[in-house]
Formats: sequence, structure tokens, C-alpha cells
Amino acid sequence: MLKYALRRILGMIPMLLLISIVAFFLALAMPGDSFSGEIDPNNTDPEYIEEMREKLGYNDPIHEQYFRWVSNFVQGDFGKSTKYQIPVKDLILQRLPNTVMLGVMAMFFTYIFAFSMGIYAGRHPHTKMDHFIGGFNYFLLAIPSYIAGVFAIYFFSFQLGWVPFSGSVDIAVESGTLDYWLSRFYHALMPSLILGALGTATYTQFLRNDIIDNSQKDYVRTARAKGTADSKIYNSHILRNSIIPIVTFLGFDIVQIVNGALITEAIFTYPGLGQLFLTSVNAQDYPTLMTLFVMFSFLVLLGNLIADLLYGIVDPRIRVD
Amino acid sequence: MSKSEQSKAKAPLLEVKGLETSFSIEGKDYNAVDGVSFTVDRGKVVGIVGESGCGKSVMSLSVMQLLPKGIGKIRNGEVLFDGEEIQSFNEKQMNQIRGKDMAMIFQEPMTSLNPVFTIGYQIEEVLHNHFKLSKKEARNKSVQLLSAVGIPRAAKIVDEYPHQLSGGMRQRVMIAMAIACQPKLLIADEPTTALDVTVQAQILELLKDIQTKNDMGIVLITHDLGVVAESCDEVIVMYAGKIVEKTDVESLFTKPKHPYTKLMMGSIPRLEEDTEKLETIKGIVPSLTKMPQVGCRFANRCPKAMPECTEITPQLEENEQGHEVACLLYETSHPKEGVLG
Repeated sequence: MLKYALRRILGMIPMLLLISIVAFFLALAMPGDSFSGEIDPNNTDPEYIEEMREKLGYNDPIHEQYFRWVSNFVQGDFGKSTKYQIPVKDLILQRLPNTVMLGVMAMFFTYIFAFSMGIYAGRHPHTKMDHFIGGFNYFLLAIPSYIAGVFAIYFFSFQLGWVPFSGSVDIAVESGTLDYWLSRFYHALMPSLILGALGTATYTQFLRNDIIDNSQKDYVRTARAKGTADSKIYNSHILRNSIIPIVTFLGFDIVQIVNGALITEAIFTYPGLGQLFLTSVNAQDYPTLMTLFVMFSFLVLLGNLIADLLYGIVDPRIRVD
Repeated sequence: MSKSEQSKAKAPLLEVKGLETSFSIEGKDYNAVDGVSFTVDRGKVVGIVGESGCGKSVMSLSVMQLLPKGIGKIRNGEVLFDGEEIQSFNEKQMNQIRGKDMAMIFQEPMTSLNPVFTIGYQIEEVLHNHFKLSKKEARNKSVQLLSAVGIPRAAKIVDEYPHQLSGGMRQRVMIAMAIACQPKLLIADEPTTALDVTVQAQILELLKDIQTKNDMGIVLITHDLGVVAESCDEVIVMYAGKIVEKTDVESLFTKPKHPYTKLMMGSIPRLEEDTEKLETIKGIVPSLTKMPQVGCRFANRCPKAMPECTEITPQLEENEQGHEVACLLYETSHPKEGVLG
């Protein structure tokens, strides 16, 4: 398995190279550069701007720019953010914990909701409760997260005042204390619920259908013939089989969390990587933008690798070696 | 011995009386098994033969109460197991006897085992269901069982997964699981159909061995008359949900009475005869929804059919000592005076 993982990681290198080219040219294809909108062209000497362009290497041949960026990138130098004027690495490290926290909490909510509803609906198909769960899920699925986010802020923050509507932590608390962590949790609660609800419908219905499918399999009849209780058949025999397709989703899930975070973080002005990505697009902050682009792409590859490795663990018929 | 225990010991192992099992198709119930009665004595092998769709499997699933939920149900009749009426048992009560006192082997060894659990886990499960055993004891027992059903390297196989074994091996695992608690009754639903011929013989041999060792009653469901001849004491021939002939294995083969049985015998290819064409029974079993409710259900395929065959329902009655048949060719099958068929 270790060998397989290593081989897969090595296989990622050409992929990452391609991604870096795409990231670079996409950034290049954007109209303007980091000076547009940031410097008032009427009050600044055009020669100075041109001089800065020259200094930043924006006038060098494209391939030279690309190789400079890539060679610095692989050495861990991601450049300096043109907007925040600090190294991109520091900028990302500042925001990363927030996004990780949001992502983990969102996934936690997705699993809790999806498993409880999916298992129930799968065990009692075509009942009123099953139809209710199905309807509820399609309703959730139909609401875009930016609408849900706005409504959630309106009801739970403004009307009821239960949760904060922006930020990632209360400024009054001291870093590292229990209060600090509680405050962070509290701030992430609403956005992670919204983000988590995004994936819930797919998971729930998939799990439900797979459980129904599996409950008609021959091995279930064998288990019943052995005198195994129904609850054990569902919670052990069937669920263990139904988890297999769910695990493959985990890879896509990481992607979805990142995608979802773009919108959710913007709505809740939650300072995570998604929000950083949007601001860097708007500010044409190339170093940050390209680093995040490569990073998100890498996460997708990593997610797929994790899913493949987990596949081999949950399904004995697939042993990777 | 108390009185109830005495009567229990006298009662046949399995007694099925007037069993009717129906399937619901588009909201209507149709009987797949229609008034079937038979008994299985301790230590006896009863074969149930008939072509596909004649209700053999449904009958056995009814006895085990393993009918697909919400679709199939027992409509009428009694199932007495060891003198107890089990047809009204609830799920929990059934779980106490399923796997322990009555066990079942299925037709499809390829899909009957759970693909994500080890062989050992699946055998240990039936032991844990019915006995208080430590993990280690259960494991040792399952290794023993695997060797008992002739699996080589049992100590290794116990940790393997079903997909690592061949069909014949898996069926042996199924048998090991079925005999784990030394059941009094084993229902084998076409245990050899999915296997190739040499393996078939081995599996049948194994079943016979275990049967004599444990003094187990076996209901052997098959469509293979060769299997019947080799391993059964008594035979029940079913057609379209009803029993058409019931006798011991010898008289079935020496003097079959029902035209259906005779035709089936005729469709066995024989080594000593050099025939161009294999005899077949024309037509198919009528589907559940189009089953004739009056008359003999075999009438439309029967070469000896008479006009009254579609009007009078033949009764399964003893025609000779120990030989029951339901066909109007025999006087005994005509309804008694005053009883409408």
C-alpha cells in the first residue's frame, strides 16, 4: 500500500506541472495587472508605473516569467502578495487554520446529518418519514448556498442574535485560551452548517438507495437464516457494504468543501482561503492567486488519492499493492 | 421426561399442513404455494423436485420465514417444527431457532456470503448468535467446522474473504455455517445447481456424511432427478405450487404415477440409449397471475389430459401404500361424493 501511495504521488508530478501552466496562463489572461485599480493612473507618473513593471518582471518574456515562478515555487518561495505586502506563505498560513476548521466542521455536519437520515430512510423505505427526508433533502439541494447563507444571517444573527455573522473570532478574547477556541468554534458554526448542508442531500439519498439495494442481496437472506437480528443486519452487514461508495465521495468532498468555502466564506466574511482567493482575484494579486490555484488543485489530487487508498481499506475485494 | 417433551419427541421434525404462500403482484395476492402438506421425519432426507417456478424455493423460504418482506406472506396453513407451531412466531422468536435448530443453504454460493467480512467472521456470527462463546472459542470452532466440511488449510481460509474462494469452496463455507449449531433440520435449496458436476458430487457426499453423523433431517430442493435418486429417502414432486406426487424414492423411480413425473423421467438423458433428440415437456409452468384455479394445473401440457381435467381439481390421495398422487387418471384423486373440487 505504501508502494502504491508513493507511485501515485510520483504520478502527480506531471499533473502538477500541467496545473502550474494552466494557473500561470489563466492569471496572465486576466485583463490588467496588479497595478490596475490599485494605483490612480492620473496622479502617478506613468514612467514610474512602467519602471515598477520592469522591476517586477512583468515585461520579461512569458517563458522566463513562468520558469522564474515555477523554480521559486518548488523551492517553497511563493512570492510576496502584492495586495497585503507580506509573503504569500505567511498569508496562507494565517488563513489556513480557519478554512481547515470550517471544512472539518462542515464535513462533520454532513456526515452526521447524512448518516442519520440515510440510514433511517434506507431501513424504512417508502414510509412517510422517508418521503419527508427525501423532500427535505431535495429542498436543501435546491437552495444555493449564497441564498441559504443570507437567510441564515438574517434569521439567526440579526433577528435571533444566536450566532455572529462575520469574522472567525471575537477580538476581545486572548489567543490560546479556552474562550478563544470556543469563540472560534462559535464563529465557524453557522458557515459550516450551511457548507455542510450542501453535501448532505447527495450523501443521504445515495446512502438510502444503497442500503435499500443491499437489503435485497442474498447475503442479507443468509444473515437472516443464521438468526441474526435485523438491527445487526442493517448496522453491520448492510452498512459496511454501503459505506464503500460513500468513501469514494470523500475525495470529491474535499473539492466541494473548497469550492463551497469560496462562496460561504465570502458571505460570512469568514477570513479563510476561499475569501482570500476571491480578494486576490479582484486585486489581481498574482502570487497569491496562483499559489492558491495550485494548492486547490493539489488538494483535489490528494483527495482522490485518499479516496483510492480508503477504497482498498473498506472493500477487501480491492487491495491496492 | 415431561408430557410435552414426550409428545415433542413423537411429533415429526417438520410438519407442514395446508401451506399457502402468496406474493403480491400489482396489489393482488397470488398463491405461489397452494395448499402444500408434508412431513419430514428426524434423520430423513426429503427431496422436493419440480421445474423452475413451481414453488419449491418459496415453500422452503416460508418454512424459514425468510420470504421477501412486504411482498411474500404466508396466507394459510400451519408449520410445525419439533411439535411447535412456528408460523405465528415473531421475528425475535424465529431468530432463536433460525441458524440453531433449522438452517438453510442457498442456491447461489457466489452471492450468499457477505463480501466485506472474513469467512471466519461469518461463521463465528452464527455461533455468537446462539451460544455464549468467547472470541477465541468461536474462532477455534469455525476452524474445526471448516476442516469438517473438507476445506484444506482451514486455519488460513478462516481469515480470507469470500471472493478469494471458488464456488465449491464457498458452498462448503455455507454448509459449515449451516451445521455450526448442529441443527435438527437443514433445508438445502438447490445446493449444487451453481456448481460444476464433480463439485456437485462432493457437496452431496458431504451433506450425506453430516446428515448421518448428526442425525439431521434434510429437505433437499432440486430439479435434478439424479440428485434425488442418489441422496433422498422420500420425494415430493411439485408442479405450479401444488404437490402432484409424494412417495419414497424407490417407487418414484420404479413406478412413477403422475404423467408429469413420468415425463420428467423421460427427459433425463441416458447413456445407454443413443437418441438424437432429448425428450422435453412442451410448454412452461403457467405464470402466477394466469394460474388456472379449477382443474389440474398440468392439464394444458399433459399428453394424457382428458376433458374433465380442466373442470375437476384432482386431490392428492394415497393410491398405493405410501404413494400419493394427484391425477384424475387415478380413481383415488377424484373428489369424494358431495365435496366440490
